Amino acid sequence: MDIELRGITKRFGDLVANSGVNLSIKAGEVLGLLGENGAGKSTMMNILSGLYRPDEGEILIDGKPVSFRGPGDAIRAGIGMVHQHFMLVPVFTVAENVVLGVEPTRMLDYLDLRKAREQVREINEEYGLEVDPDELIENLPVGIQQRVEIIKVLFRSASVLIFDEPTAVLTPQEVTEFFKIVRSLRDAGKAIVFITHKLHEIHGIADRISVLRAGKIVGEGLPGKTSDQDLAEMMVGRPVTFEVEKKTFEPGEVLLDIRNLTVLRDDDSVAVDNVTFSVRSGEIVGIAGVQGNGQTALVEALTGLRRVTTGSVTFQGKDITGASVRDRHRMGFAHVPEDRQRAGMITDFTIAENMALNTYYDEPYSHGIVMDWKAVADNSAKYATAFDVRATSIFEAAGHLSGGNQQKMIVARELSRDTKLMIAAQPTRGLDVGSIEYIHKRIVAARDEGDGVLIVSSELDEILALSDRILVMFKGRVVAEFGAGARPANKNDIGLAMAGALA
Amino acid sequence: MAVTEVSPGGTKAIGYARRRQTLISGWLLLFLSVFVAVVFAVPVTGDASFRLAYPGDAFVIPNLVVPAAPYAYVVSALLAFFGIRQFLPGAARWSGLLLGIGLFLVVTAFLTWATADKSFSLTGMLQATIVRAVPIALGGLAGVLCERVAVVNIAIEGMLLAGAFTGAVVGSTLGGAGGLVAAVLVGGLFGLLLAALVVTYRVDQIIAGVAINLLVLGLTSYVSSQVLTHYRELNNAPVFRSINIPFLSDLPLIGPVLFQQNIFVYGALIMVAVATYYLFHTRSGLRARAVGEHPEAADTLGIDVYRLRYLNVTLGGMVAGFGGAWFTLGSVGRFDDNMTNGRGFIGLAAMIFGRWHPVGALMAALVFGFADSLQQKLAILRTPIPAEFLAMAPYIATIVLVAGLIGRARPPAADGKPYIKD
Repeated sequence: MDIELRGITKRFGDLVANSGVNLSIKAGEVLGLLGENGAGKSTMMNILSGLYRPDEGEILIDGKPVSFRGPGDAIRAGIGMVHQHFMLVPVFTVAENVVLGVEPTRMLDYLDLRKAREQVREINEEYGLEVDPDELIENLPVGIQQRVEIIKVLFRSASVLIFDEPTAVLTPQEVTEFFKIVRSLRDAGKAIVFITHKLHEIHGIADRISVLRAGKIVGEGLPGKTSDQDLAEMMVGRPVTFEVEKKTFEPGEVLLDIRNLTVLRDDDSVAVDNVTFSVRSGEIVGIAGVQGNGQTALVEALTGLRRVTTGSVTFQGKDITGASVRDRHRMGFAHVPEDRQRAGMITDFTIAENMALNTYYDEPYSHGIVMDWKAVADNSAKYATAFDVRATSIFEAAGHLSGGNQQKMIVARELSRDTKLMIAAQPTRGLDVGSIEYIHKRIVAARDEGDGVLIVSSELDEILALSDRILVMFKGRVVAEFGAGARPANKNDIGLAMAGALA
Repeated sequence: MAVTEVSPGGTKAIGYARRRQTLISGWLLLFLSVFVAVVFAVPVTGDASFRLAYPGDAFVIPNLVVPAAPYAYVVSALLAFFGIRQFLPGAARWSGLLLGIGLFLVVTAFLTWATADKSFSLTGMLQATIVRAVPIALGGLAGVLCERVAVVNIAIEGMLLAGAFTGAVVGSTLGGAGGLVAAVLVGGLFGLLLAALVVTYRVDQIIAGVAINLLVLGLTSYVSSQVLTHYRELNNAPVFRSINIPFLSDLPLIGPVLFQQNIFVYGALIMVAVATYYLFHTRSGLRARAVGEHPEAADTLGIDVYRLRYLNVTLGGMVAGFGGAWFTLGSVGRFDDNMTNGRGFIGLAAMIFGRWHPVGALMAALVFGFADSLQQKLAILRTPIPAEFLAMAPYIATIVLVAGLIGRARPPAADGKPYIKD
């Protein structure tokens, strides 16, 4: 089945998400759709999967125009979407999730789960997917959950499969597995759309590449032929550097020393399990790992947001295991939290107010109980400029900023003091290439000035680009160490450690 | 692979919460053991005589005679054993079960203590338990139907009251059957109102529910004081009499308790069975639960989230309306101000205690119904406990059961959250 989009335009209020997009998708081919966040990739795919209706333009299936009134229509037309955030009910079994919406039934609306299981097994065999139809979704690793999404789409006899950022949640090994599945689907004659903003993986999987920027198709490329440099330039609209320049590695004294740290989650399960490591000044320690392996709790414990169950944390030789968040701030901690909008800022506050959140209680920003808003505004104006926070005014609500500018604002706030240790969790998650470049530069600058830096990221490329030393977390434990004295960093080994193969 | 482990790990911290819970129940059991010995065993002499036969029984079975003090000592010893068991290795697995059995034993010890040297109709109390469990079970079932599609229904109390009022007024004019149908329809109407408020207009679910409760309370109280007091014939409905199921009703003990009841009891049991089938064995049920757990997922699969929420909340309202009619058509035949008296809220507690399952809600309702009928029967036995304290029994049971013993039950993931389509 071939699909053609002709002149698709979609507006949300004043915002034009797609404008005059032309795209063709062919059977037996993988189309790589490359674009920055906010370029309009998801809007376009939501139009194709029937969630949105285009304001202008038409969709043609095998040359015939169609119009979708809802996701149901698109499904019936043979278009299946695998969303970035899986659309699976965690407390349902695989079979229940697969048949939901098109359930086999018998008399009295009786749900025929036996038949559903059979059908799941048939698809399993046809594409070599190996998923147990009776397992609950919440017990499955994300890689397998993604296969369930694929089975769901195939069960509805889709001939076009759209994957929205499918590798964002996978380990490198799972990505390899996933690519195998995608190829076997393509060879079975399916048309595949692969949406991503990661340049390096598009070469390995796509047959054709289209680049989207600001709602428009700005270029096409061929994998292996068109260089990363050119693709990135098309995506961003200006030349981009990939290398992060760092001074030579000269670590100083031990700043942060973590001994036998154990931390529990809210449900009392073990998040961090007897972890020991240290961070020196002038060093970037990267913590790699698939999300959900205790990194979040580790950062919360180190920044004073979560109680330590056993073990100790010392900072410059002083025990800070139970120190308050403010104490840590005063000692020179900078914290860039994982969930930017929930933990990093108050979206309804202005940029100036947000930038004062960790200093408002000190001179010159307040005198006793009276705030000095002028000092707050002056300081935030100064640092907003220094950190390239692009806003119409520092009195704009911070929630209106783009993700990249929000993150720059947070980094500016955290580094606008005399800091000694920077802890950054997922510092560039969801940011565009330009902002990533900038944040990375700032992190490296902090290290070059002698700060200790602890980075937690599920992006292996980010960890590799920044870190002097890499620790891999799996199921709450540090299972491997790479770089600086340990074995050299190697993507394959780190990937294996992330998957627990070395645990 | 030449990669070494940096930190060995292996702290056995898993299960802290469970161990804590086990220890708490251990101490609770030991305390109860001492309590039973001191209060129910030491000061008591004589036998407790429980009547199992019921007037009109085909086969008369003899009374159950229990020596009060020795029985209490046995219970105390068992409780002590259960309590100590909680501190030994491997206790967590049996913790909940032993605590449940322990509490049951305490209740029986309490009954023998209260009945010592007297005689007491056990059959009568069990029958009353079932009857009193009916409105709670139906309220709980209404809650299950709504919350399974992620609509929190605080308005069950109001829906019960509306059902009771409609049942009385329409029952007085059109007869019992007409009154019952009208009560169900009015309950459904309030369900529809709640659905419109929270699904379409996205009013906060708690506020919408409280508003409906206050609206119904105000309306029914006003009409009953301004109209029903003048036209007494409008508040004199026939009461559904009990129907004896052939053969089964002749069984001793079980017969009078389960098979000599009115249509509200049978209706509640049937509805619980049908709701269980609907929610867990049908296509519609699977879709409804998907809407309650992950509405976005349901939506992307072409399931109409709003329609299913409307449908289930209306159904829940109808069940509550039926339950409300019990107060008038199934009991006294007359409407009084605020006669539901918090049963709807206890129904919600039954829903949570029953873990959002119809059968669970029914079981929980039976526990509450037991507490309710116990309080009523104990007044007859003239125990030294003041009547006011006995009247608190069902509510204390609610608090203890919901807060203390069930632990953290998991509601439908989207419960209480409106679904906003782009």
